[in-house]
Amino acid sequence: MSDVFDQFQGTASYIASEELRHAVNVAVALARPLLVRGEPGTGKTLLAENLASALDLPLIRWHVKSTTKAKDGLYVYDTVARLNDSRFGGADGSNVRDIAKYIKLGPLGEALAAPSRVVLLIDEIDKADLEFPNDLLHELDVMRFRIDETGKEIAAIERPIVVITSNNEKELPDAFLRRCVFHYIQFPSRELMTEIVRVHHPDITDRVLDNALEVFFGLRSTPRLRKKPSTSELIDWICALKKAGVDLGRVSGGIPFLGTLLKTEQDVELVGKRAKA
Amino acid sequence: MLVDFLFELRARKLPVSTHEWMALMEGMAKGLHESSLDGFYHLCRTLCVKDIALYDAYDEAFLAYFKDVHTDALRLTEELRAWLANPRALDELTDEQRQAMAALDLEKLRELFEQRLKEQKGRHDGGNRWIGTGGTSPFGTGGQNPNAMRVGGGGGRSAMQVADERRFREYRRDVVLDVRQIDVALRGLRRLGREGAEDELDLDETVDQTCKNAGEIEVVFRPPRRNRVKVVLLMDVGGSMDPHAELMSRLFTAASRTGRFAKFRSYYFHNCVYGAVYEDAQFRKAVPVADLLANSDRDEKLVLVGDALMHPAELLDPGGASFLYSQNRASGHEWLRRIAAHFRSAAWCNPEPERFWAGTTIEVIASVFAMWPLTLDGLAHTVRYLVRGGERPRIGDPSRWMKAMAG
Repeated sequence: MSDVFDQFQGTASYIASEELRHAVNVAVALARPLLVRGEPGTGKTLLAENLASALDLPLIRWHVKSTTKAKDGLYVYDTVARLNDSRFGGADGSNVRDIAKYIKLGPLGEALAAPSRVVLLIDEIDKADLEFPNDLLHELDVMRFRIDETGKEIAAIERPIVVITSNNEKELPDAFLRRCVFHYIQFPSRELMTEIVRVHHPDITDRVLDNALEVFFGLRSTPRLRKKPSTSELIDWICALKKAGVDLGRVSGGIPFLGTLLKTEQDVELVGKRAKA
Repeated sequence: MLVDFLFELRARKLPVSTHEWMALMEGMAKGLHESSLDGFYHLCRTLCVKDIALYDAYDEAFLAYFKDVHTDALRLTEELRAWLANPRALDELTDEQRQAMAALDLEKLRELFEQRLKEQKGRHDGGNRWIGTGGTSPFGTGGQNPNAMRVGGGGGRSAMQVADERRFREYRRDVVLDVRQIDVALRGLRRLGREGAEDELDLDETVDQTCKNAGEIEVVFRPPRRNRVKVVLLMDVGGSMDPHAELMSRLFTAASRTGRFAKFRSYYFHNCVYGAVYEDAQFRKAVPVADLLANSDRDEKLVLVGDALMHPAELLDPGGASFLYSQNRASGHEWLRRIAAHFRSAAWCNPEPERFWAGTTIEVIASVFAMWPLTLDGLAHTVRYLVRGGERPRIGDPSRWMKAMAG
């Protein structure tokens, strides 16, 4: 196996399964965007951060919201400011005719304009409008775009590594999917979870960890749970247990700090009922 | 030979395009599959399958296509050799067991294993011969035999084993939905238009007006875009619908969310619509169908949800209503046709699994309303049909029923 291919091996604070490492390396080698899906709390966003730090590249984040437009990611032309300057004069008295001054690059624009290779994270792409991914297709394909107002062309010197996350909420368009490398982050097995917790809580003893995982996987296997607790919640929960000095082995009558694991009333009620029965 | 695999995938309704296949070839040319079947399994899945709901179909295709490659997989045998040479397992054995283990030498065990692999047709659990989980066979995972070979499970898994587990079965599309998934499906049901309070800056108009105003800034606002789709939801409750009550309540929760539709109304009926629908599930507040139609625009989208299962007489005979409070003069079938005629777009979602549809009253009702099952796929079809129209699915042969009724 070549060195070029096997670039990402996870980092000290991020344990990636073999399948995930493979998918990341395929995406890097083929220079295609990596689309990551999975349950909330399985570390989709963290992947990009750790990929950037593992490869020692700068990370540019683009958090997509319901109102985000694809063009905003490239650049924003601040007409209102220009209008204001033309009427009242700019603060620094500069030239209103210089349109470039009112062009602000968005995250995707920045990633393409960067002087060296960067990692671009497009977080929760499914949050935006249905057509959003389609509007990005061309730019992600050719990695260049044109600022219409100034006629300036921006092209990537080195193709950025693009990581896209999605919460599996919405169908992404086929044309978009075709261009991506896809990976679904499976919920970690007990062995992998042990490793993950150890990374975050290195001083935890085997017995405490075992007890905690027992309770955690027990909770997750409860039928009809609306929102299963995830990795990030487990780590928070263990943190809370440690801070409060609670010993799980000795606690009787319910799970302490249940609120860090379960986030809906119905779930808390359901688990309570089962514990009594 | 791999092109056949592409067609194997496509035959299983996996939408793999040439684009993706070329990417796979490029990846293999670069050696990304690590010259192993495992590597290929992951590489191909990551490039060609973009939906977790299709992973199971991919596993099936992979199993079907590569089943004969089993015994050739050099890597697999090497893995097995490594396991067998692993001294960790020996520590846990008693002397007696170690002697028993020595009775089978490595070469013989491997031969036996390959032979079993060839003979074995599928997954196997328990028992003492085949490769599988549990049981006392010398091969498999999670078993009781002290000198057994462990196959799959735990650390380095082979692709065939992973595929064979079919871990992604639960993600298939034919499963029923939770509120969020329904939410997502319903998001497609929209037609945007500008209506209501003006609270969004209209930039173009602002610039225009400012120019006309000789540079004095004139700010112009406009109403934001909102969904203009109006929906009427009719739900069947009680009787044979009881098992689906939870699913119905999820659908209702998602559909009634404020701000989703410009107008949303829901009514209940029992079994079939006869003359009236009800505002409450206890059938106390009746709304005559004539009133419902008079108060509904033809543009409103009508969605009926019900199992459409009843005795044929309840649907086709005038006066056949089994429901005590309604004395219908027209048949249920006739009422449904009157409702269908009023609305420009209407559809029926059926929570009953599709395989039970044939030969029931569902066939008749599906000839009146376009019908899909109440699953992720079905709901997506329903939404698409309501927004864009298109072909209605043909279900069974309703003409048989019509003849029966006439006779």
